[in-house]
Amino acid sequence: MSSLLTSEFLAALLSGAVIAGAPLLFAALGETVSEQGGVLNIGLEGMMLFGAYGGFVVAHWTGSSWIGFLAAIVAGLLVALLMVVFCVRMGRDQIVVGIAILLAVEGLTSLLHAAQFGTSYPRLGAVPTVRVPWLADVPVVGPSLFGQPAIVYIGIALVVVVWWVLSRTNPGLHLRAAGWKPAALDNAGVDVLRVRTVAVLVTGALAGLGGGYMAIVVAGVFVPFMTGGMGFIAIVIAMLGRGRPLWVAVGAFLFGIALSSATSLQLAGVNVPTDVVQMLPFVTVILALIIFARQSYLPSALATPYVRGRR
Amino acid sequence: MGEAPAAVELRGISKSFPGVLANDEVSLVVRRGEVHCLLGENGAGKSTLMNVLAGVHRPDEGEIRVAGRRVTIGCPRDAIDLGIGMVHQHSSLIAVFTVLENLLLGRGEGLRLKTGEALAALEEFSALLGVAVDPWVQVGRLSLGEQQQLEIIRALWRGSRVLILDEPTSMLTPKGVEDLQRVLAQLTRQGLAVIFITHKLREAFDIGDRVSVLRRGRLAGTIDEATMRGGTFAELKQMVVELMFPGEAARLARVAEIRGFEGPARRSRRPAAGPPLLELSDVLIPGARGEVGIDEPLSLAVHAGEVVGVAGVDGNGQRPLAEGIAGQRRAAAGDIRLAGTTVRALSIGARQRLGLRYVTDDRLGEGVAPPLSVALNLVSKRIGAPPFWVHGRTKKAAIERHARALVEEYDIMTPTLDTPAGSLSGGTLQKIVVARELSFSPKVVVFNKPTHGLDVKTTAMVRDRIGRLVEGGEAGALVISTDLEELLELCDRVAVLSRGRLMGVVENVPGAEQEIGALMIGGGDE
Repeated sequence: MSSLLTSEFLAALLSGAVIAGAPLLFAALGETVSEQGGVLNIGLEGMMLFGAYGGFVVAHWTGSSWIGFLAAIVAGLLVALLMVVFCVRMGRDQIVVGIAILLAVEGLTSLLHAAQFGTSYPRLGAVPTVRVPWLADVPVVGPSLFGQPAIVYIGIALVVVVWWVLSRTNPGLHLRAAGWKPAALDNAGVDVLRVRTVAVLVTGALAGLGGGYMAIVVAGVFVPFMTGGMGFIAIVIAMLGRGRPLWVAVGAFLFGIALSSATSLQLAGVNVPTDVVQMLPFVTVILALIIFARQSYLPSALATPYVRGRR
Repeated sequence: MGEAPAAVELRGISKSFPGVLANDEVSLVVRRGEVHCLLGENGAGKSTLMNVLAGVHRPDEGEIRVAGRRVTIGCPRDAIDLGIGMVHQHSSLIAVFTVLENLLLGRGEGLRLKTGEALAALEEFSALLGVAVDPWVQVGRLSLGEQQQLEIIRALWRGSRVLILDEPTSMLTPKGVEDLQRVLAQLTRQGLAVIFITHKLREAFDIGDRVSVLRRGRLAGTIDEATMRGGTFAELKQMVVELMFPGEAARLARVAEIRGFEGPARRSRRPAAGPPLLELSDVLIPGARGEVGIDEPLSLAVHAGEVVGVAGVDGNGQRPLAEGIAGQRRAAAGDIRLAGTTVRALSIGARQRLGLRYVTDDRLGEGVAPPLSVALNLVSKRIGAPPFWVHGRTKKAAIERHARALVEEYDIMTPTLDTPAGSLSGGTLQKIVVARELSFSPKVVVFNKPTHGLDVKTTAMVRDRIGRLVEGGEAGALVISTDLEELLELCDRVAVLSRGRLMGVVENVPGAEQEIGALMIGGGDE
């Protein structure tokens, strides 16, 4: 086991953690926004998957990863629009609609992909990386952490942006009020449904970007069902993060480590069945829930539709 | 000095909800610089009328004039812009936010929070009202009186010229009511109009310049300033009772709450109580997150034939205490004995079988199963037990016979036995809960705010049942209430709870209310 502590293993583990953690970061930040606004977005996985599909197709057509990311955002927004119409505007059950959205997107993307590409899986070129000066020169940790595609740095910047908006701005205050006590926000003269609509759309955009990242950066290819539970892991991260973006980022990185350990362990020559290794992230989810879920501190109006004058 | 100009004028306001005509052509004028009290029973339409003014409900008919100009109020924002501020009966502050964040809610033009402006406003209006509020503390940590002051400050900062207070004193200590009265006097001197909803006549007489009475959605009448100033309390009481219950006044004179207009009717001391039925010794019951629990060892006993009250402002550990006794949460330390048997480690069901009953204050949430029928709700604590269930089979006839008897005995107003409980009014639900808990010979019944939000008749009925429960000397009752008059009417002894601590137990003898009031204030920071 001493081979585990080599610098190759560490480098592979860390860079893998960032690669695998970034989509979780985008999606979990998005989920944080809608949860703080009182909407439990079970359809997060569906938004990611549609983002992955849209991002891949457009990146494939245009050959540009940036236009692909934009398309991923638009795809996520489209799915989020369904959530807005049914859950925010019509006040339907958020969990039922969320599950319906996921199932619909799984079917739709598989169908579209099959119609377009048949059984071939065209690949995208590698996305160029950007080295952060100075930091990238730190031995072992440097090259693996600070030589990432530009979109990863945007994700890290978003952590700060979301934190700032939530804690220091009017829209952030209104968002949290919509999650904790929508009637109070309404009485203060702010349109609760509008606040929640914006929150869900932001979630869709971020989840779509996370999905697009998986297809464009990580895999370079679209495969049906490729998000494979990442959306649900992101929901767990958002819940454990309790509306604090920094904790969400830490959570995403830790789950990223769990995900990347699969490949790094093999690289280190540890002879563990791959099935066992692939279970790691999910075991981590269960452990994290057992240990921390008692303290998870969710907005009191989460998953409750708002209707004025109803108590 | 002539009559002050009208701040708000309501003309022929009607508002109906499915099956209910809540307001029927109500017209009301509120003048600048006056405190206008609105009196009426539950369901008389007071809150609906004020919610129309505050933009929560849209009226079906009628017009509203503010400062002489006809306006339409379609949403709360419109009301705020017109200078109408409402302090709702259920606080519209957010407990997990700080004082400052609550003030800033809805003040936002632009991106950045206007923290500086909010701090300045807080300072200005605190000075005006003569109160002190820490801007950085979480609102959940403030006393209810302080929360109310904050709501008033917020309404003032939003530029309110008309302030609506919906039952503002129901959660306050006697000291808190005095403070509120002082604040209102300060505001009316500034020319604000205050609409004060209450169901306590004494308060209306003390605080109001004029009094309007609503009855079954209609304006029954208004008592003008001259009458208020010239008349005695007894005369006023007579007028209001006549307006509220025309023709029935003589018959209703005995109803507890109308007697209560004059001051609490004290129960006569019962002879020495029997053996202890419920004993708490050094019990600790932790609160949930953000909730005050029983944080210091609490010892208290309820004897056979005795009603023991627990007084205190809401949120001082009442719910943990009640749920700890009922078994809905575990006591962290100490012992709970029921007729000598330790029940601390027993489940809810086991305690129930030993004769412990709990009448919850959350009637709709945990008192009944809303989608189930009235009949099933009346036997829901005996599921699986004969004669209602035999060998796992439901005996519908037996359940209905039992339910019909209870519906009759407790005058439960339900269309049929199969009606889902969730569709019934709060008073009817309470009758169902009380009927269920009092059947099958209970030993000790814990009542948590048993008459909160009930109308005069149901209140009288519930109090009467509590009295009859202990009459035979077989059972005891623990009544947790925020209504001091209720406790003085019902109890032999009153324990005072403050910040999760038992401040003392007072024998219910003349003068007890002063002692209880002093104990309530001693532990709080009001």
